[in-house]
Amino acid sequence: MAQSNNSIKKILTVAFALCIVCSVIVSTAAVALRSKQQFNQELDRKTNILNVADLYEPGMDVNETFESSITPRVVNLETGEYSEEHDPATYNAFEARRDPAASRTLSGEKDPAGLTRVETYSTVYLVGNPDDPEQIILPIRGQGLWGLMRGFLAVEGDGNTIVGITYYEHAETPGLGGEVNNPRWQAQWEGKEIFDAADAVAPAIHLAKGGASGENEVDALSGATLTSNGVTNMLQFWLSPEGFGDYLAKFRSGVSQDEAQGADVELETEGA
Amino acid sequence: MSEATPKGVLTTPLFKNNPIALQVLGICSALAVTTSMSVSLVMTCAVIFVTAFSNLFVSLIRHHIPSSIRIIVQMTIIASLVIVVDQILKAYAYEMSKQLSVFVGLIITNCIVMGRAEGFAMQNSPKLSFLDGIGNGLGYGFILMTVGFIRELFGAGSVFGFTVLETVQNGGWYVPNGLLLLPPSAFFIIGLIIWVLRSLNPEQVEENEFKIKANTEPKEAV
Repeated sequence: MAQSNNSIKKILTVAFALCIVCSVIVSTAAVALRSKQQFNQELDRKTNILNVADLYEPGMDVNETFESSITPRVVNLETGEYSEEHDPATYNAFEARRDPAASRTLSGEKDPAGLTRVETYSTVYLVGNPDDPEQIILPIRGQGLWGLMRGFLAVEGDGNTIVGITYYEHAETPGLGGEVNNPRWQAQWEGKEIFDAADAVAPAIHLAKGGASGENEVDALSGATLTSNGVTNMLQFWLSPEGFGDYLAKFRSGVSQDEAQGADVELETEGA
Repeated sequence: MSEATPKGVLTTPLFKNNPIALQVLGICSALAVTTSMSVSLVMTCAVIFVTAFSNLFVSLIRHHIPSSIRIIVQMTIIASLVIVVDQILKAYAYEMSKQLSVFVGLIITNCIVMGRAEGFAMQNSPKLSFLDGIGNGLGYGFILMTVGFIRELFGAGSVFGFTVLETVQNGGWYVPNGLLLLPPSAFFIIGLIIWVLRSLNPEQVEENEFKIKANTEPKEAV
């Protein structure tokens, strides 16, 4: 028996048959479960967005609330204008960062968050009336201690006051850097201001060691200096003119969208 | 080894021949996934499923596996099962699968699965092999849950996510032990478990491979 099992013909037959059977099983599982998995991913993203906007309650119908209260829009990061080029429902900014035609490289001082590449268009989520939103939810990402951290920052309609922050993907140490998702720590962000009165271009918000004071400081995470630095760096990047700075400037100027165009130009020249 | 009985193959891996504590297999994933009990539980179920079914399938075709490619054949079966488990977790336990991340995929490299397929399923009937897979998965899970319990209770002050010791971060009194949340702590805990198990069953203690000579008497320098 052992002899016949080791003939070349038998070896090839067994290997081939096994491969066919296994590949059929694996692909059946992958195909049959794909829609369910995508649904989960969508739901997870929507839950996080509702969460950061303080709209989430356990047991609610996430999809329905999302549809009724949140409008996604695509923003051109270079000009800070809304763009009609991409459909907000299907556009994936995270994928676009790899596409040379839809992104740009960052290096040195311009890249505090360690991103290397950043997309030209990004998706923001507006709570309430899209023309005069109650909250603006911005996607943020950057290097933490162990890897890329991805999350959302919710800002009030004035483009300056923070509502909340949440991370839905990170690899920080549980109990130390992982405390970025501790509700008690997240609660401190509410009401903090991104910019101080003196400088309207560079964001002032940062994490401070040993207790926060003032409107632009949040307590750093104890025992997680590098994660805290990562959080500060990514906010510094995404809220600067390299990120959503130009876009937020329109809301901060406190005038309606049409007039904001002029104010934005002014701010840009000021910054340059 | 004595003749395998259905009851024997199911229960011996729990204490007498525990894959982690005695054979010291599968340590890598035991360090990684034991920060909380719920994650340990899901990992345990995944490993039980994979060991049981890989043992079953390997045993079913054991008379047809050419010995020259038997390891590859076993790996293919194990890998397929692991992918199926991973896909199911992503579809029905998305939160969990995010926490387990790569470790579900790494069940492929878990020596327990491979070890049982090669060491047991290749020589025994499908039924026995299936039970042996469940038994070893349970043995693995027993250690995982114990380590997970200790790490979650003292590292995060909770059990299965329910707060038992109110931590300082949440306004309580308990200062959590940060070390227990880091993978190295599982080494200490598993080491202690092995010590306890071997003290209870002295026959588990391995013979020394060599003896250290007694100190020679110091001679005065000439």
